[in-house]
Amino acid sequence: MRLEAKHPRWVRYSHWLNVPVLFVMIWSGLMIYWAHDAHEIRIAGRVLFHFFPPGFYDALGLGFQLAQGMAWHFAFMWLFVLNGLFYVSYTFWSGEWRHLVPNRHTPYEALQVVLHDLKIRKAPLPPGKFNGAQRVAYTGVVLMGAGSVVTGLAIYKPTQLAWLTALCGGYQCARTIHFALTIGYVAFFVIHIAQVIRAGWNNARAMLTGYELAVETPETTHA
Amino acid sequence: MPDPRTHLVGPAAEAEIRRLTRRSLLVGGVATAVGAGALAALRYGPDEAGIPWFLRRVLEGNERLARATFSNRLAPEFPRARAAIPRVNGRYGMAETTDSASWTITLVRPDRHDAVLTLPALYGLPRSEMITELKCVEGWSEVVAWGGVRFSDFAAKFGPAPGQFDYVALATPDGGYYVGLDAASALHPQTLLCDTLNGEPLPAEHGGPLRLVIPVKYGVKNIKQIGRIEFTRKRPADYWAERGYDWYLGL
Repeated sequence: MRLEAKHPRWVRYSHWLNVPVLFVMIWSGLMIYWAHDAHEIRIAGRVLFHFFPPGFYDALGLGFQLAQGMAWHFAFMWLFVLNGLFYVSYTFWSGEWRHLVPNRHTPYEALQVVLHDLKIRKAPLPPGKFNGAQRVAYTGVVLMGAGSVVTGLAIYKPTQLAWLTALCGGYQCARTIHFALTIGYVAFFVIHIAQVIRAGWNNARAMLTGYELAVETPETTHA
Repeated sequence: MPDPRTHLVGPAAEAEIRRLTRRSLLVGGVATAVGAGALAALRYGPDEAGIPWFLRRVLEGNERLARATFSNRLAPEFPRARAAIPRVNGRYGMAETTDSASWTITLVRPDRHDAVLTLPALYGLPRSEMITELKCVEGWSEVVAWGGVRFSDFAAKFGPAPGQFDYVALATPDGGYYVGLDAASALHPQTLLCDTLNGEPLPAEHGGPLRLVIPVKYGVKNIKQIGRIEFTRKRPADYWAERGYDWYLGL
């Protein structure tokens, strides 16, 4: 056994700060969405699912709080943006991005990870800090964050930033994208937590301590 | 800089990761407790006009930034085919029926006595038409064709000298609904004292005979049935700002 440095301190801080910040953004966002919950999934004119079913807001205590929701949303947006900018700048400055951004091996590798997780591929996955599926997921979620900021600005200042609102397909289209991205975060969260549990404590602990316990390779044994 | 911890092997490595884990859980636990405690104290602490006081401070900061960067750029206009009738979403301070012939507007200015205007006083001002998207604070929006006179033309004729006021306060005749505007937003070229909706005289339920249309603000600032206009140096009271909403509400 030996210790292997995995996640740099500032990546960990930024990751954990994002937990309460994103929670407040989604929570307050739902308080705002309640006032005009217009989105649903329709196939061939039939409503498959309405966001959200009756009882959802009551169960979570989200109704009749539009003003409260807006105030929290327009306060915590600053933390969301600043933390996001810090994370992206840090990963570039530290070179950490090389482990995170997809490369030419990523599509094939990501497919292998999916096959592996579905127990179709039996062979172990190639070594590396992040596998192909992780590269896609972790880069994707940062791009989703950027999308939330852009569509959020388009909704926040649709006259002063009319060009941005137009770029998002108009005011209502910007709202739809902004909402869809939020559903995307929830989906990301569910899969992320499931994968962290599957990967085990040694992996999860690395996001707390920064270090992972690695099984010794022959070279290190005789080092 | 090589990390000395990565040289640890075997039981030493395991002991070190246990120590690091304890430390991380302690630091994380304290940070979580402090953060959650601070949030709870702010959330359940004293309110200021319907929301926690610190959120008021942040909204005021957002307002300062918005006002410092405010520009007179125009809200997009739309083809007439998209124009529709907006929904009626609140009747605070409004009368069921209104009579344009007897309608009066009380004008309050810092440098002169109050005056009472009737609608023909506006007829001399150049008319303006625009098809813009009305955006409700709730999230829905509607493209509407508005007609009327620019508030900036009205202010030039009836208001105090430029620079003599920082805000405009508007209210319904009974004072049951009232909004406050910063001067820059009120003087934006698309801010109208509006008397037609989709080419027809403005119905009472949409604010007839005279309402405000201000595309740089949410719908709640687009006050209907205007009975009082005040130019002032003092930040005016605002119906929804007293009920938890941002005072500025700039778009």
